[in-house]
Amino acid sequence: MATVRLEIITPEAVAYRDDVDMVLLPAELGEMGVYPMHVPLITKIMPGELVVTKGAEKARIAIGEGFAEITQTNIRVLADMAIEEAQIDEEAAEKAVERAQERLRQGSLGDEEVAMVNVILAKSLAQLKVKRRR
Amino acid sequence: MAANTRDIRRRIKSVKNTAQITKAMQMVAASKMRKAQQAAIASRPYAEELSRLLRPFIDMLGDEDRAPHPLMDSREVKRELVLVLSTDKGLCGALNTNLFRELSQFDPAKTDFVCVGRKGAQFLVRSKCSVIAEFDLKDNFSFHHAQTVAKFCMEEYMKGKVDRITVAYSDFVNTLTQIPSTRIVAPVHSFDLGATALDGKNDETSGAKITPPDVTEYLLEPNKDTLLDELLPHFVFFKIYHLVLESRASEHSARMVAMKNATDNAKQIIKDLTLEYNKIRQASITTEILEIATAQMVLS
Repeated sequence: MATVRLEIITPEAVAYRDDVDMVLLPAELGEMGVYPMHVPLITKIMPGELVVTKGAEKARIAIGEGFAEITQTNIRVLADMAIEEAQIDEEAAEKAVERAQERLRQGSLGDEEVAMVNVILAKSLAQLKVKRRR
Repeated sequence: MAANTRDIRRRIKSVKNTAQITKAMQMVAASKMRKAQQAAIASRPYAEELSRLLRPFIDMLGDEDRAPHPLMDSREVKRELVLVLSTDKGLCGALNTNLFRELSQFDPAKTDFVCVGRKGAQFLVRSKCSVIAEFDLKDNFSFHHAQTVAKFCMEEYMKGKVDRITVAYSDFVNTLTQIPSTRIVAPVHSFDLGATALDGKNDETSGAKITPPDVTEYLLEPNKDTLLDELLPHFVFFKIYHLVLESRASEHSARMVAMKNATDNAKQIIKDLTLEYNKIRQASITTEILEIATAQMVLS
């Protein structure tokens, strides 16, 4: 069976590079399953869970905001965060969520800061979503 | 005589102290340099990929008369914004001086400066240029910081106050070489996509980069305008972030080399002074022996 080459690239590193069978992406318009020989497409992706299917195995990766470029043979995901399930620190993510919510509740933040806190919140929630699935 | 040796001893001691300090600073710079270099190198694949991602949009541009996004619209340059990426602290050799020399190519009457790093701001204020904003270069300069800086510059551009954004920075080649450079980040053009933010430093990968993507027709989701609205600012943010990382790597490398030179110089001075000291000491001993010998000869 044909496979598709998935690459997940963050500003810090190339987080994932492998030939896989199917990828489930959190695209802007909803979740999107991509099989090999998909029609070429560029989309924005939202913080959330990216599921990679390779044979019988499934890898879950918490992903941040970014873009995905899909061609028939390649999927390139550019994101500001990519953490595999095993590497997620649940406690830290939980604390980050609490802190972010607390700061939003105080309401003393400028627009910039609200935007920044929201990004952190979305990323932490994505991590928790991946981790708590089991 | 005795006063002279004491003076020299004191000087040796003070130079030794200096050497110790510069040595310590060299160590600190070396460890920071490693981190900064790694960060700069690690962000290269992302930068490459982002440029690739923009290429289809640029290709589409050809068959339209109007630029699809203000960030792609090249206007006549009446006023320019220059973002100067200098350092906060000195003691890094000629790095900042070289960068400032590069700035002389801009006409001060037609240029607004934005500074990252205190040294740049000091220099520009001293030379009476119009500095419209100044940012600190923190040690843990994150993507978010870069975003704040970039957003400010882009707002000026979008408001039409400036028609071009150029970044002046120290390009990191290797530990010994940093080249002061300038790069246009807005408007975004096809010609700066190929070598974007990388300058073809690693030639093997840049060769592959230039080959056009196999597919030129992409479906765009949700639609072209929304994607461009997201992609272009992100591209500018990231480019500025990447350039900051490069100049940070340059800064720490330059500082390490400068401190190493200082340490070496101090050691040389210690050596010279010690020689001088020993010579004087020997001379005084010889004179004393001579005096004793003469006295004895006279007595006998």
